[in-house]
Amino acid sequence: MNIQEATHTYTLRLGDNALILGHRLSELCSKGPILEEDLALTNISLDMIGRAQALLKYAAETEMLGKTEDDLAYRRPENHYYNNLIIEQPNGDFAHIIARQLFVSVFEFLFYTELEKSKDTTLAAIASKTIKEIKYHMQHAADWTLRLGDGTVESHKRMQKAVNDLWMYTGEFFEMDNLDTFLLHQHIAVDTNSLKLEWHKYIKTALNDATLNVPEDSFMQTGSKKGIHTENLGHILSEMQYLQRAYPDAKW
Amino acid sequence: MITTEPTLENIYNLISEIPDPEIPVITIKDLGILRDVKFVDNKYVVTITPTYTACPAMGMIEDQIKEILFSNGITNVKVELTYSPTWTTDWLSQEAKLKLKKYGIAPPNHSSCTKLFSTIDVVVCPRCNSKHTELISRFGSTACKALYKCEDCKETFDLFKCH
Repeated sequence: MNIQEATHTYTLRLGDNALILGHRLSELCSKGPILEEDLALTNISLDMIGRAQALLKYAAETEMLGKTEDDLAYRRPENHYYNNLIIEQPNGDFAHIIARQLFVSVFEFLFYTELEKSKDTTLAAIASKTIKEIKYHMQHAADWTLRLGDGTVESHKRMQKAVNDLWMYTGEFFEMDNLDTFLLHQHIAVDTNSLKLEWHKYIKTALNDATLNVPEDSFMQTGSKKGIHTENLGHILSEMQYLQRAYPDAKW
Repeated sequence: MITTEPTLENIYNLISEIPDPEIPVITIKDLGILRDVKFVDNKYVVTITPTYTACPAMGMIEDQIKEILFSNGITNVKVELTYSPTWTTDWLSQEAKLKLKKYGIAPPNHSSCTKLFSTIDVVVCPRCNSKHTELISRFGSTACKALYKCEDCKETFDLFKCH
């Protein structure tokens, strides 16, 4: 493993998280519970796709095979995708969408704050750009967590269920494999394991403020760093990649 | 065709008046999107930076830069996108902020005011200058704006968010 190859895979993983969540949120366009929320979710989706574009472009450059960010997005099968499993979970009800946004955006806030210090100047520049946007995503998720958790009996019940349902996917945020450790020693990657306590603190505050309980840690799902996914990713890709698969090289 | 080689200043002046596609009252120079013009390897390299990572106006701005320079006989042009230094609303001139206000968009107060989990400080209505305004949505018609309502004149308006 050399630095350039490892940086390619590392960047690809980050890009996949942004791309797939961007796509998931784009599915909600025109389906938001109220107009303002429709705007909010599609704006967040757009931020994610912008971040994905920047990261996948860099992933293509570091792969040095002459590919573009579009090749990486539209021409890879699911076992070559490396987004975390929580990202690809179906939207479900509004509570599930908000719980996923809360867990992911708090993690991303802590993660990209550290990545800003990376020795890799491209990753550091993308991090400082994206961190400003993540703050809005976090505020949005925290606002809704409070409103749903401390809302009606029904909204409280649903929000607690969403938090419980998605909890087993949060362990993946903090996993470190050989590649992460290698790049950490090069001062390029982030030590995600060290973010765990801080993440728990933020989540506990947000949930408790909303009269919700923090679930007990038990079995945690894993596999995405090896390209092992839930059945949901294949369904996303079949829709997202349809045009390029059916009409290769089609352009707008 | 022009007969003498254009200076970097000529190039900069030609493209600095390009209006922002979303907010046509201010230019790409006012907004701080236009960063630099250099001459590298026989090419004029224009550097631009997006306001938000996914700003959909970047492609259009790139096209407009090329169009203006091409029509002035300058064809050896390359437009580059940079993320560093990170764009901030601090780069908006006082004049640009006044233009925004006149257009009906509340200008950003200053940068880095979005503390975590806190609301944005007092926003003044661009129409009646009232301070009694209320946030409707953190996300407005474009990524860089939030939606507000004035409690006095009852109009809704966009706030150009601090960033």
